[in-house]
Amino acid sequence: MSAAPKSGGAKGEAKVLSPSEIAKDLLISGLITVPILVPIVAIRTQLDQGILTWHSRFWLAGLLGALVVIGRGLMYVFVWNPRAAAALDIAAPDAVVVPKIKLSRIILSWVLPLIIVAILIANARYIFAGLILVLIAGREALRIVFPDRKLSDLIGPYVAPGLLVFGIMLPIVAHLGKAYGVELPNFGELRLIDLAGYILIYIMLGWGLNVVVGLAGLLDLGYVAFYAVGAYSYALLSTVYFPRWFGVGIVPYAFYVTLPVAGLLAGLWGVILGFPVLRLRGDYLAIVTLAFGEIIRLVLINWFSFTSGPQGINVPKLTFFGYTFKQDADGDYSEFSKFISDHFFPLAYDRIHSYIFLYYVIFALALVTYFVTKRLRRLPIGRAWEALREDEIACRSLGINTTNTKLTAFAIGAMFGGFAGSFFAARQGFISPESFVYLESALILAIVVLGGLGSPIGIVFSATAIMGSFEVFRELGSAGDAIKSMMGETVGGWLSWLFAQFPTQLQDSFIGTDPVQFRMIAVGMAMVVMMLFRPRGFVTKREPTVYLKEKKSISGDMVAEGHG
Amino acid sequence: MMREWDNSPELEVQHLTMRFGGLVAIGDLSFNVARKQITALIGPNGAGKTTVFNCITGFYKPTEGMLKLNHDNGKQFLLERMDDFRVNREAHVARTFQNIRLFSGMTVVENLMVAQHNTLMKASGYTIGALLGLGSYKRAAAEALDKASYWLEKVNLIDRADDPAGDLSYGAQRRLEIARAMCTNPRLLCLDEPAAGLNPQESGELNKLLRTIRDEHNAAILLIEHDMSVVMGISDHIVVLDYGRKIADGTPAEVKIDPAVIRAYLGVEDEEDEELVEEAIVAVAPAPIAATKPAPTKQAPAKPAPAKKPVKAKAPAKKAARK
Repeated sequence: MSAAPKSGGAKGEAKVLSPSEIAKDLLISGLITVPILVPIVAIRTQLDQGILTWHSRFWLAGLLGALVVIGRGLMYVFVWNPRAAAALDIAAPDAVVVPKIKLSRIILSWVLPLIIVAILIANARYIFAGLILVLIAGREALRIVFPDRKLSDLIGPYVAPGLLVFGIMLPIVAHLGKAYGVELPNFGELRLIDLAGYILIYIMLGWGLNVVVGLAGLLDLGYVAFYAVGAYSYALLSTVYFPRWFGVGIVPYAFYVTLPVAGLLAGLWGVILGFPVLRLRGDYLAIVTLAFGEIIRLVLINWFSFTSGPQGINVPKLTFFGYTFKQDADGDYSEFSKFISDHFFPLAYDRIHSYIFLYYVIFALALVTYFVTKRLRRLPIGRAWEALREDEIACRSLGINTTNTKLTAFAIGAMFGGFAGSFFAARQGFISPESFVYLESALILAIVVLGGLGSPIGIVFSATAIMGSFEVFRELGSAGDAIKSMMGETVGGWLSWLFAQFPTQLQDSFIGTDPVQFRMIAVGMAMVVMMLFRPRGFVTKREPTVYLKEKKSISGDMVAEGHG
Repeated sequence: MMREWDNSPELEVQHLTMRFGGLVAIGDLSFNVARKQITALIGPNGAGKTTVFNCITGFYKPTEGMLKLNHDNGKQFLLERMDDFRVNREAHVARTFQNIRLFSGMTVVENLMVAQHNTLMKASGYTIGALLGLGSYKRAAAEALDKASYWLEKVNLIDRADDPAGDLSYGAQRRLEIARAMCTNPRLLCLDEPAAGLNPQESGELNKLLRTIRDEHNAAILLIEHDMSVVMGISDHIVVLDYGRKIADGTPAEVKIDPAVIRAYLGVEDEEDEELVEEAIVAVAPAPIAATKPAPTKQAPAKPAPAKKPVKAKAPAKKAARK
């Protein structure tokens, strides 16, 4: 594309682009075009003697992309170049209307997502591809409707309610889809609702940890300890202590009785952890919280008589306010469907009822977390947390008891962790110390950091991206097949050839490897890329908690990250 | 002699000593801060002024000595025994910092709301009430916002109310820090170099603001300052420190001509000059301070630099005489 001359002249306000800028612009248009064209023209299905096969035409996508680039280059030469336009007697625009676009932005907001979509479509993961496309479409719709407002300013009024409606509708749509015969290919509605509930647990944990890390600026690497305390509180109370104290009749209701207790116990643990670490800051605080998380896990493993150690505990599953979802002897009803049939409308047993109910319970719990933390942020305590993150000494000079402020942050964060923990136990029906390893703490922290410190909506996106990508990896087959299916046959073939050049030992260690094993590498790489381009996370604006005349969001550069 | 600041003072500093290991930062310092007066604490760099502030506001626990704060309703507080946040919450001593400490990621008005934390906390029923929608938190929050806008008007920042504090200019940040301190309803306001980095017009406005605080809000002000136009212009009482010890204590007029102050401020470059300065002091001010007649107060406040002139003027003559 060296032919692209500089456009714009000395005429008026015309913007002069250097050849390198034009070359960059052309490259970008090529990079946008080709991935978009790949799923549209490059993959073609064919009915061959009754068998559906497909073949790839990547050359076509490449050709069309090259055409776009050449066409755009010609526009630069003849139309957007005032001098050439004058020579050709065309009305040239006053200014070259090429917005200054950052390459990183293009890659992050278009190229990467579309590549991912293409891979997903190639693997027939239509749901995930569809979800990503919906997100992109939503983003672009907001950009078109509000061209002069920044996306982050629109989160409060539009994105959050949109997500709320999406969350409420998800199981209904999935379920109705099935009822009308629109089954989700490759990924059943059951799995979808289950996965959504699973992601919601992490969203809730992220929101809880956000109080400690995002608002109060205290780095907590042992958050999973509170999650464990919540889970074991539910497990032990519902299986051992409540039946002993109140009789066996309470077991079906155990979750509803235990939930507040589990939250309180976890909050208490938060305070217990808080006291010794109050004087610590930054790295030291992180190390002690990390150790605390490990201590809890090791106690759970080793205190056999109390926790039954690594064997874990079988926990009663969540019931519909006392009615179980278990299929009865003749297989037509569960207690729940019988209850509904008796009182409302006829309903036969279906496995999905329990999944939908679990989904709505965690949805409600997460909503409570969201609204409580949102409200707390506007109350004096929340403002004190944020002030603590900004400057602890100034806080003390203003008469704020920083000890209590830190303890409340720990306690409230821990309480939501406890709620999520007891839900987790009731969802799984079985818990063991294995579920509460350090990796979980790191994941939750990664979700909070990736979301943008202090931003609840950012956490929704980062939790979905991280936990969702794990699931996608789980879906893929073994490594060799995965690469082939990801890339299509041609590229896969090249890769296989490349692969064959490696030493045999290395090949052996890769072939047959489960791609699930690679998920941490992939997520790690994604986080590195993310942190390079958006060092303050997805959402980089801080919303003020109070305003006099006009609400202006504050750039993330101003906001302190907290030092414990 | 009984001075007005010795008569029922707001703050009594008695035999305050602060040692850091072997270093004596403050040695046996006693002075009083009068009600509704502006008291300046001055001295060369490293004299221990900020250490005195840190002791008063509870950030340091003094090695020895007593810091007694008397409210005019008769309540007394021993500041050296209180935690730093209690000094503000209960004894109502507020402070600003030499290196400005605003919550720069929060808006200007949020900064002032954080300052009213304790009042709002009580009104919100220690969070639980407000979370459940009980109590009169809404009204209290509205009042707090009114108070914040009152102080923003006072410090001329009302137009910047919704901007992040970190975006303000240096002078505006200093003013905001004073407003934030005032939002805690202080009886004693401690200002650590409020005029540092301000231009002459800004320091003139600062003088006006400090007078308003003294006269309309009945707060005693204790300030550390190097800008002599501020110190001499508004102080009612000046305490001079050097190497952690008090070397002078009096009205601006008295302090201005105090030989020890002149010496501390002029500094001495070599032995000869020191001798010369001493001789000059003997010549200029032979009588002890207490006996010195106060200089005419109408006179424009002079910096110590002009005081240097008579000293220097005599020096050549003496030198010549010696030769």
